[in-house]
Amino acid sequence: MTQSPLTRNIQGNGPTDILAYEASGGYLAARDNIGKADPADLLQLIKDSNLLGRGGAGFPTGMKWSFVPPADGNGHRYLVANADEMEPGTFKDRLIMENDPHQLIEGMLLSAYTLAADVGYIFIRAEYHLAIARLRSAISEAEQKCYLGDRILGSKYSFHLQVHISAGRYICGEETALLNSLEGKRATPRAKPPFPQVSGLWGRPTIVNNVETLCNIPHIVNHGANWFKSLGKGDNAGTKLFGASGRVKNPGCWELPMGTSIREILEVHAGGMQDGYMLKGFLPGGASTDFLTPDHLDLPMEYEAIQKAGSRMGTGLMVVLDDRACPVGMIANLEKFFARESCGFCTPCREGLPWVQGILDKIEAGHGQAADLEVLERQALFIGAIGNTHCAHAPGAMEPLVSGLKYFRSEFEQHIHDGRCPYAGES
Amino acid sequence: MPTIKVDNQKLVVKDGDNLLQALLSAGIDIPYFCWHPAMGSIGACRQCAVVQYAGEDDTRGRIVMSCMTAVTDQARFSVATQSADQFRKSVIENLMLNHPHDCPVCEEGGECHLQDMTVMSGHSVRHYEGKKTTYRNQYLGPFIGHEMNRCITCYRCVRYYQDHAGGHDLNAFGSRDRVFFGRVESGLLESEFAGNLVEVCPTGVFTDKTFSKHYTRKWDLQSSPTICQGCSLGCNTYTSERYGQLRRVQNRYHHQVNGYFLCDRGRFGAQFVNAESRIRQAGIRNSQGLYDATELKTAIGIARSIISNASTIKGIGSPRASLESNQALRELVGQNNYSNGMTEVEQAMLQKIIDVLRSPIPTPSMMQTEQCDAVLVLGEDVTNFAPRLALSLRQATQNRAKTLALGVHIPLWHDAAVREIGQTDRSPLVIVTPTEDRLDEVASHVLRLAPDNIALLGDEICHAIKDEDNGTASDNVSSVAREIAGLLKQATKPLIVAGTSLQHPGILQAALNIAITLNQQNISAGFFACASESNSLGVAMLDNQHSISDIMAEQPETLVVLENDLQRRLGDRFDASLAGIKHLIVLDHLDNPTVSVSTLVLPAATFAEAEGTYVNNEGRAQRSFATFNPAGDITPSYELLDQLRSVKRHIDEIHHVIANSIPTLAGIVAAAPAASFRIEGAKIARMTHRASGRTAIDANISVHEPTPPMDDDSPLVYSMEGQHEQAPANLRAYSWAPGWNSNQSNHKFQQEVGGSERTGDPGILVLTGGGEIKTGDVTLTHRRLVPELHIFGSDELTNSAADLATLVTAPYLRMHGTTAQSLGVVQDDGVSFEVNKQRFSFAVIVDDSMPADSLAYPLIPATVVLTNLDDIQLSKAESWTKAPASGQRMITTDRSQ
Repeated sequence: MTQSPLTRNIQGNGPTDILAYEASGGYLAARDNIGKADPADLLQLIKDSNLLGRGGAGFPTGMKWSFVPPADGNGHRYLVANADEMEPGTFKDRLIMENDPHQLIEGMLLSAYTLAADVGYIFIRAEYHLAIARLRSAISEAEQKCYLGDRILGSKYSFHLQVHISAGRYICGEETALLNSLEGKRATPRAKPPFPQVSGLWGRPTIVNNVETLCNIPHIVNHGANWFKSLGKGDNAGTKLFGASGRVKNPGCWELPMGTSIREILEVHAGGMQDGYMLKGFLPGGASTDFLTPDHLDLPMEYEAIQKAGSRMGTGLMVVLDDRACPVGMIANLEKFFARESCGFCTPCREGLPWVQGILDKIEAGHGQAADLEVLERQALFIGAIGNTHCAHAPGAMEPLVSGLKYFRSEFEQHIHDGRCPYAGES
Repeated sequence: MPTIKVDNQKLVVKDGDNLLQALLSAGIDIPYFCWHPAMGSIGACRQCAVVQYAGEDDTRGRIVMSCMTAVTDQARFSVATQSADQFRKSVIENLMLNHPHDCPVCEEGGECHLQDMTVMSGHSVRHYEGKKTTYRNQYLGPFIGHEMNRCITCYRCVRYYQDHAGGHDLNAFGSRDRVFFGRVESGLLESEFAGNLVEVCPTGVFTDKTFSKHYTRKWDLQSSPTICQGCSLGCNTYTSERYGQLRRVQNRYHHQVNGYFLCDRGRFGAQFVNAESRIRQAGIRNSQGLYDATELKTAIGIARSIISNASTIKGIGSPRASLESNQALRELVGQNNYSNGMTEVEQAMLQKIIDVLRSPIPTPSMMQTEQCDAVLVLGEDVTNFAPRLALSLRQATQNRAKTLALGVHIPLWHDAAVREIGQTDRSPLVIVTPTEDRLDEVASHVLRLAPDNIALLGDEICHAIKDEDNGTASDNVSSVAREIAGLLKQATKPLIVAGTSLQHPGILQAALNIAITLNQQNISAGFFACASESNSLGVAMLDNQHSISDIMAEQPETLVVLENDLQRRLGDRFDASLAGIKHLIVLDHLDNPTVSVSTLVLPAATFAEAEGTYVNNEGRAQRSFATFNPAGDITPSYELLDQLRSVKRHIDEIHHVIANSIPTLAGIVAAAPAASFRIEGAKIARMTHRASGRTAIDANISVHEPTPPMDDDSPLVYSMEGQHEQAPANLRAYSWAPGWNSNQSNHKFQQEVGGSERTGDPGILVLTGGGEIKTGDVTLTHRRLVPELHIFGSDELTNSAADLATLVTAPYLRMHGTTAQSLGVVQDDGVSFEVNKQRFSFAVIVDDSMPADSLAYPLIPATVVLTNLDDIQLSKAESWTKAPASGQRMITTDRSQ
């Protein structure tokens, strides 16, 4: 049994077609279970596996699924793959969708069967045109082989799957904004409750899962919960796609046991910092996670440990800050992104983020004043707590700022004192 | 009822409320923007934040939005705690980043919810140094101004316009801090309820353009509680004046009638009071047929001598005049010589409506119709005849969504979630009309039938309810009828809507039969009747004996006409009917064809200048009070009529005379307090306590301080010196409370948010205690001509409002393709016909949704000749050139460019 199930077919030799996928054990779980297994047993299996959502929040997948009410026969039930991978520095789902699209399809098929969903959507980022083309062709292959469509594999179960290309807003990665967007409405997150399980797409029961989460399902079904739990380090279940970008020698994405240490990821797999650069800090799981510093290198990459250190594991793909890049400039750039991607629904996010961005730009340009830091801190407090805002976008946006002020405060002060960016001219 | 603790104060609150409602109902001020009592919560603005504690030991708590928090027993909150206070300050500070500091030149200033909430939150020091976002504004038609720079992005406008009113052409565009609320391109807002944007917007983005033309700060307006004159629904309004001009009309909350919203005819149509065509002086027709302006005294003297010398005198009253004026006419000419100014058909139909309103059949108020879970509209284009009702029927279709929401424990104030689960699953609404209807889009069933066939379908539905086979209807009709009957029978609160717009007694009877039959089967079906004018019910109750034709048939030598343009009812028979009359004395406020053929005309006051009692379509007698004292000789009709018989009496005496002579109208005495009413010795002020310039208002004429006009008629004064806050709802002249300068102050006067007024719902339901009502035979009219109503154009008075008049359609004949084909015409050709040896040509509109055997014409002044005709001989109009597009969609100016 492979120890890297998600990437077993990804050898750098192009996409896996249906024959190759089947040859590697693909659709075995589907053939064994669709129309045969009791969906309740499958749900219990996923619960037992301790699979946590791979989109960033780490919510137990089995528990999420268990909130879906029993089928009432009154209309569609939906399964949506969240493939709107727009988190800066994150490119893990792309790796799977481009190279092993059938893995996602089989994962969705088994998940949908468990949830009694009859319609599925892959909501995918528009820039992923290669993944879109490969997913579409894979869906067509799967339909021909009766893995998708009406009466799958001769059973009474039907599941129709479509690729929906996002119109390109970061906020669509938020599952309820995604659902609104899929309905053709403004991509504004919804107030919860009700949760999508009860009133999701078009008001019907809906589950939205991350691509990587769904891709784990066939392997758990094939090999069992205990096998899956054994893949991780410590108490953690399964493998995880980790990665790094920034001035490391070998930026990339690798499937490693959940709980692998940050040091191993950065020093072994990413090959350490490029020559002449020192590690100053890093965002552990995408742009909306708090900075960690070299002091945290020996932490295991898993949800709890990173949270304890004051950050979030997020997507597990690290953005590395080196000693020759300006942290203020980096944070200003991130906040520019978040301000631009605000949906404009709630006041703290819509108005607060551009103000923060403006102040950071001003400091970076050398026009900052001491009082600006007070405003930044006050705004961070105002915007930064979940519950203060309509969704998690603005609190996420505040994470690099709040931690940046904590770890790099002297650099902010130096910008203001000197009236210039001390890194100007560095690269 | 749950008990909650707010800042250690125990509050018993209403189950199902959110915390914001509960706080406001308890009198605790909390700032808010995006929540609206009629539209629920979405949690966008974050202004109403409070702290919620997990339990008694929790000292920190967490910020929650009160509008999105359900009240649960024993829950503990704090409004005052420092973290909540600071958070609300920060929300205002952030909302203000891009808001211009243009309050001094902004029309919202002084009644701006944003100003009020900013003061309430305590934000006063600005830290933001960046630039403000700016936008280009759009031309949105003659009614609504647009100033996007002031927007605070609360989303109320689109939620009201799209979700509540069903409009399609106002949207939120863009994202982040650049959301734009407007249309795809400049142009007239399509919704008939767009005017409510002015009140829904918490700041000065959407403003009343008709008000802007003669703008006055709210605190300088003189206002009074009035009843809308636009149709029979009797919506409550505040009418405001300065310098002798009607400045604007605003919604006056009524828990049973209009709630928080008006239609655009009501809001903008009242500008007829300022029309050029106002009759401001008495006039006597001279030998050239022109009118000599005459002093009122002189004219009254001449009129008295005409009347005293007349061998026969008759009086025609009016369903658009007050009960008091109609009564004064009735006394002047005598009961046997008085007509309430309606045709026989109208009178007969109104009698039916009176009968049903008195009967045990439920007759819900307009706001109660919003609770109905299946609605059948038989023959009424509601949007264009009783417009405000269309907004309520739209809400009724949402009841299905509400049921679904409650099924999964979604609270009903959680607006977005209720709409999400409901999707397009609506409560049944069946529309049966001859022409296209704006409610079609939310209807479950739409049937386009000729009026006679509407009546027949109604009859068939009635049979289907009884499970009878009538045997005469086609299979198709009876299967549709069975389906509709099924919907009505399955509903817990079905509603039948019918009325007088098509002047078809058979339709009204059929609708009544359905309601009666359902009630006989113990289904509590409501009946909602739409009449045509503001006092149709009132005058029908006053005296429904003689029709206009009865009066005319007697060829009176002298005829007194009260506020009634007889041409609208007599149509092609107008000239012939009036030919034999020697002396025609007309009392009216606007020039019209009847005024133009009068011997003597007396300048009547409008609703804005005279007190009056009006009975709306549900039998609610409501008093409307004069907003201002008219200049010059303009006098309330009841006073003029009393003067014609040399009587001087107080209006309250007339109330008693009516009450004593007509038992069913006895309730009108109590419709509002009498003139002697005082609160702590004071009358009710029409002006605000901040009104400025009263002493200098006529300084251009005389520097001496003018004495304010006296008002002996009512408990109100033309002054700021008087009561306001304790005034009962039927006397309150404007909505204002300390710290609440905008109409958001409504809740300060309600028993609970969105509930009845503390002093009770204004008006008295006078039609109660009648006996059983029986079904009747459905008669047919065999008319081919069908009047098509228009919200802008089909009402006599509001057509004289300058801005509204620009939207009145040009005359046309709408016909099915087969009719057009048989006439050899196509779209935009002309067709002509002859009436009274006069030739008319109208544009052709080919519309295959029309019933093939009918011709629809717009009910506007230009088509009045068709009023009584059953059919006309049509031919293709030669040398017809297509008229330029009617005013309806014409864009004249764009102040943004």
